[in-house]
Amino acid sequence: MIIDHPLLGPRDAAEFIYLGDACLIDRPDWQAEDAADAYHDYGYIRDNIAGPMQELWYHEQGDRSWLVVTRDTLTHEITAVELARDVARARGRSK
Amino acid sequence: MSQVNRIKGGLVDRSKSLDFTFNGKSMTGYAGDTLASALLANGQVLVGRSFKYHRPRGILTAGSEEPNALVQLRSGAAQEPNTRATMTELFDGLTATSQNHRGSLEFDLMAVTDLASPFLAAGFYYKTFMWPAAFWEKVYEPIIRASAGLGRLSMQDDPDTYDKGFLHCDLLVIGAGPSGLAAALAGARSGARVILADEDFAPGGRLNSETLEVDGMAGADWAAQAVAELAAMDNVRLMTRTSVYGAYDHGVYGALERCTDHLPGSGGKPRQVLWRIYSKRAVLAAGATERPIAFGNNDRPGIMMASAVRTYVNRFGVAPGKRVAVLTNNDDGWRTAQDLAAKGVEIAAIIDTRDRPAVCDVKGARHVRGAGVVDTAGRLALKRITLTDGQMIDVDCLAVSGGWNPTVHLTCHQRGRPVWNEDLSAFVPGKDLPQGMVVAGAANGNLTLAAALDEGRKAANAQIKDLGFTVSRKAAPKAEDEAYEGAPKWHIPSGKKRAWVDFQNDVTVKDVKLSHQEGFRSVEHLKRYTTTGMATDQGKTSNIPALAIMAECTGKTIPETGTTIFRPPYTPIPIGALAGRARGTDFRPYRLTPSHEWAKAHGATFVEVGNWLRAQWFVKGNEKGWRDSVDREVLNTRQSVGICDVTTLGKIDIQGKDAAEFLNKVYANGFAKLAVGRVRYGIMLREDGICYDDGTTARMGENHFVMTTTTANAVLVFRRMEFVRQCLFPDMDVHLISTTDAWAQFAVAGPNARKLLEKIVDADSQDMSNEGFPFMACGEVTVCGGTPARLFRISFSGELAYEVAVPARYGNSMMEALMKAGEEFGACPYGTEALGVMRIEKGHAAGNELDGRTTAHMLGMGRMVSSKKDCIGWTLSQRPEMMREDAEKLVGFRPVDRSQKLIAGSHFINKGDEATMANDQGWMTSVAWSPSLDHSVGLGFIKSGDTRMGEIVRAVSPVHDTEMEVEIVSAHFIDPEGERLRA
Repeated sequence: MIIDHPLLGPRDAAEFIYLGDACLIDRPDWQAEDAADAYHDYGYIRDNIAGPMQELWYHEQGDRSWLVVTRDTLTHEITAVELARDVARARGRSK
Repeated sequence: MSQVNRIKGGLVDRSKSLDFTFNGKSMTGYAGDTLASALLANGQVLVGRSFKYHRPRGILTAGSEEPNALVQLRSGAAQEPNTRATMTELFDGLTATSQNHRGSLEFDLMAVTDLASPFLAAGFYYKTFMWPAAFWEKVYEPIIRASAGLGRLSMQDDPDTYDKGFLHCDLLVIGAGPSGLAAALAGARSGARVILADEDFAPGGRLNSETLEVDGMAGADWAAQAVAELAAMDNVRLMTRTSVYGAYDHGVYGALERCTDHLPGSGGKPRQVLWRIYSKRAVLAAGATERPIAFGNNDRPGIMMASAVRTYVNRFGVAPGKRVAVLTNNDDGWRTAQDLAAKGVEIAAIIDTRDRPAVCDVKGARHVRGAGVVDTAGRLALKRITLTDGQMIDVDCLAVSGGWNPTVHLTCHQRGRPVWNEDLSAFVPGKDLPQGMVVAGAANGNLTLAAALDEGRKAANAQIKDLGFTVSRKAAPKAEDEAYEGAPKWHIPSGKKRAWVDFQNDVTVKDVKLSHQEGFRSVEHLKRYTTTGMATDQGKTSNIPALAIMAECTGKTIPETGTTIFRPPYTPIPIGALAGRARGTDFRPYRLTPSHEWAKAHGATFVEVGNWLRAQWFVKGNEKGWRDSVDREVLNTRQSVGICDVTTLGKIDIQGKDAAEFLNKVYANGFAKLAVGRVRYGIMLREDGICYDDGTTARMGENHFVMTTTTANAVLVFRRMEFVRQCLFPDMDVHLISTTDAWAQFAVAGPNARKLLEKIVDADSQDMSNEGFPFMACGEVTVCGGTPARLFRISFSGELAYEVAVPARYGNSMMEALMKAGEEFGACPYGTEALGVMRIEKGHAAGNELDGRTTAHMLGMGRMVSSKKDCIGWTLSQRPEMMREDAEKLVGFRPVDRSQKLIAGSHFINKGDEATMANDQGWMTSVAWSPSLDHSVGLGFIKSGDTRMGEIVRAVSPVHDTEMEVEIVSAHFIDPEGERLRA
């Protein structure tokens, strides 16, 4: 597969490490009342998506960017590649 | 043997004679021959024995689809089994032997299996070898393996080298036949970067094998001219002897280039290169494969595909027979007869399964309408054929044309399904093609020449136009479409005679019918039950006929019966090519420590840790076993001083205003309040609360930390910290860089460590007194008169110890300098074994204890997990089950009988209890012989261990069939109060 890195252009998927669902960005608040349940779901529950899915890929053999890649798990078609940092900020993460 | 079947013409170079041997017989061919054409030229019709029945077999085809003519090529270590003679370019000195026979090829003792054929039908394994069950492994399988099979491996190391490479292009053209050449010319003339790849050594495809004209010249001449034009262009890479074997995601293709297979030896060059081709667009011009017709005894040597006979005559100047008959169900078979007659080969008969007038006039040939062949005769070579009406014709070659299958393989590699074309009675590519691919010419079902040329050019033009290139205006090549019309005929009923469908796996029409009769009717079942199409030829000649016969049985149409799709590779790829250079010690990359040369020169034995080669121990004097060396290194260090290269521990430089806050997130214990110039031990959790890694982190400045990780987890920890930094806390002002390779780091441990380092560290750069540089201090210093260095007072061994780091390029000389300075104290180097012994004696956890199942609570570090802050793993580490009072706790163990040796992996059972899983109390993680205590010591986890000091339990190892009594003790066998490290 080819991943079109937002900073470096098209790169072979072999340069990347795959992590999984980009929902891992949404780490729950440790002080919330339902923190234990929220962390349980965060840690163990995943959707098994057949179709477009947002995934985390790490450019380990490259610039070490974490990317959010929108990939169709049925066809491998990649429709969007974003820096995970930008996605995290857009989802309200900061410090 | 002389070239009895060589006739005039062809593209071989008669000025270059090449000598070769087949089964020890000396033969001669010409440059431009394949092994198959040269064997035929020398009258060698019999070339092998079949897989199951050991039937005599000859050459069936002239291409990569060959199921029969598999030989062992070369000899000695370079021997290669199952090499297709049709794809092997002849070279001087070539040696080949036939395979799968006992005794000579002509009198194969195993041919008796043919007599047993009634018992060896499809599924015979499942029916015959059922009982007794114990016989399968011991009796049946060895016999079957010995009697059925292919060639043999040399059982020696492959002497050749293989490379891997990467190529990029705008347009990849797969196949250099008429449509491929037309496509490549169109692409190249527009200025696009073009790769043209073909498995043959001579580009041109069918143009080299036929007599059709292009632009008013012989097809082969036009091809040569096109190739010359392409070869002269800088934007074209012409790759002959290159099989594009797989189509992968996003325009990536796999290709195997055979670089030296056509030479007597590789001459030190890579024999083959496995290419990964990145293409923006691709034109698949893979042509078509002629298919056989099944009839009685259709597998005798001398029965060949009509197109192959035509190829041998036109391209190689070899007549596969003196008197040839043609069996065809289409017009194309007639062209073979015509070509042969034109070369003076006698055509005995043209048997057309269609009841229709002659397609053309063939000199001297009898036309038999609406008929077929039902039987053949000739033990080792064809002598006679019998027609449906009973008449017999003496021939030594039968050319069979059952129509053409477009070579759709690569269109299926991304799950595309071919569709049935009723006019062609063949599958053609479907709409679901790999990204960026278009198909042209015969591969797309356009089987005639003018159509192929036209479609190749148009396909390429459409592709490059899409990429923004301006299409060349040069005129298209001109040719005329030949006649092509056919009526499907898959199988001629031949009574009880066996009719082969899959030649390589010995599958007959009867087997397909049996499969139907026994209910294995889906195409996937058919394949697996009969093994049709599962040989190394992947059923290139057999899949569609088998499917058609199954359709006849079920009374359904072929598309209703099923579709076969194809997986990579298109043709077999040697394991050596897939491995490339990753063999032996180069199987994966390895890293050498900065003091590797020094260690090598001083008796080190090395061990792989992560990717590193680390010194395991250093042999000194007459030391005989590793224990001698390790015991000495431990005692020497504890009594005086020892030096160990600890460069391999992961080092991560952490800088930024939020660096301390960031460390609070990744470590379970707090780091924000760590003073500058101090080091702290830290423990990391996984998000599920299990311990992940540990190490020390030094605060070099307000906003600057240096972290160490375990050697094995260095890469993973860094990856995870980047995840935390970028994905969880994107606005933290913190940056990370791995400096593992940048610093050479040495542990200097033992009571004399300070005295030794006082000679190394420049006095004006650091006060080395215990007060000036206490336990857990760190700082920037200079050593050896001005070399910048970092000094840490940390101890894994439990002794007064330091770690000194210098830029990696000084590593080897630093080791030398430390050893020289240590001479007066009797300093010794120590390896990973002594390191391990000392950390067990001291009760420090390592990888055996942090094994992905244990928590900080179990490790006795529960209180380190700060409740005042969030960290990775905090929430889930607080689950009640993780905090159980009776959890297994890390403690020490010693044998009650001090002479006994503890065994790692033993499980603990309370005295008096049976050794069962239910009574399991925990397990031993690490053991060592302690030379300091002169008995075996161990670390392990046992339920409520911290409250059971002094209790005696049993350490049971069913694996070793041993058990012994052990006492629960503190994990700190040496210096429990930590006086030594603070000295």
